[in-house]
Amino acid sequence: MRFLRRATSARDQGTAAQQRAASHQDRALVVRLLARDEAAFVSLVRTEHESLVRLALVFVRNRATAEEVAQDTWSGVLAGLAGFEGRSSLRAWIFQICSNHAMRRSAREARSTPFSALGGPDEPAVDAGRFEADGHWAHPPHAWRADTPEQILERAEAVACIGRVLDELPPAQRAVVLLRDVEGLDAAEACSVLQVSEANQRVLLHRGTLEGPPGAREASWRRVKRC
Amino acid sequence: MLTCRQMTELVTDYLEGRLSWKDRFRFQLHLGTCRHCREYVREMKVAVRALGRLPPVEIPPATMDALMERFRSW
Ligand SMILES: [Zn+2]
Repeated sequence: MRFLRRATSARDQGTAAQQRAASHQDRALVVRLLARDEAAFVSLVRTEHESLVRLALVFVRNRATAEEVAQDTWSGVLAGLAGFEGRSSLRAWIFQICSNHAMRRSAREARSTPFSALGGPDEPAVDAGRFEADGHWAHPPHAWRADTPEQILERAEAVACIGRVLDELPPAQRAVVLLRDVEGLDAAEACSVLQVSEANQRVLLHRGTLEGPPGAREASWRRVKRC
Repeated sequence: MLTCRQMTELVTDYLEGRLSWKDRFRFQLHLGTCRHCREYVREMKVAVRALGRLPPVEIPPATMDALMERFRSW
């Protein structure tokens, strides 16, 4: 589903929080799915299934359960597809169904942890030693040889490593990195999938205060850089 | 003049286009004079874009078969 991926790359300059309507590509894909186009379903599943499993793992205990949640999500997608109104992107809509399934499942498992109660990022507080007293870098970022994402991703072991980075981030951070950076949802879409406020989402992505722990984006940058 | 430390606080809002024009100007002014922060912002962008371009993970055939079954009986 190449065009789905391409749709995410515009986000670097993305402006804040307006619910993004479904694109023409989204609508065309829905039409194909409703016409029972198997190839369309296969490629959508290929691009999104693992992301659904990862999202489910934020809420449920183990991978087997997350896999069930992801599979049930696809049933939910098919069941609801005729009613897809295109008020959000198709991907955001699918993730919404997944998080609803996962939250219900975790409640049923008596591991009832609403996402907002997962707490903020649990990285260690930012090491004061990173900066001089005057606010200049004490340990500036070492020049990273990678100039482009492609240079990183052409190494299979780096791809695997980044996958592990995602798996190892604390759940709340993982969720926000997954939705914002991996899937390219905008802030408003991520908030509705995770049922958190926009302020909360920003704190997860970044950090609340100068002294606070680094947010998800900084945490993932530090780890990805080691891949 | 913003400090490097303040730059790291603003980088997310900068990348999201959420800074006021005034803060954006101050941010860019600092970038123009500080190669460490230029490197920091560059790396942050590369990391975010790499995350956004991860190739899809291969799905086990059994899973795909199960999902196709659901699709065909839909
Ligand atoms: Zn600087």
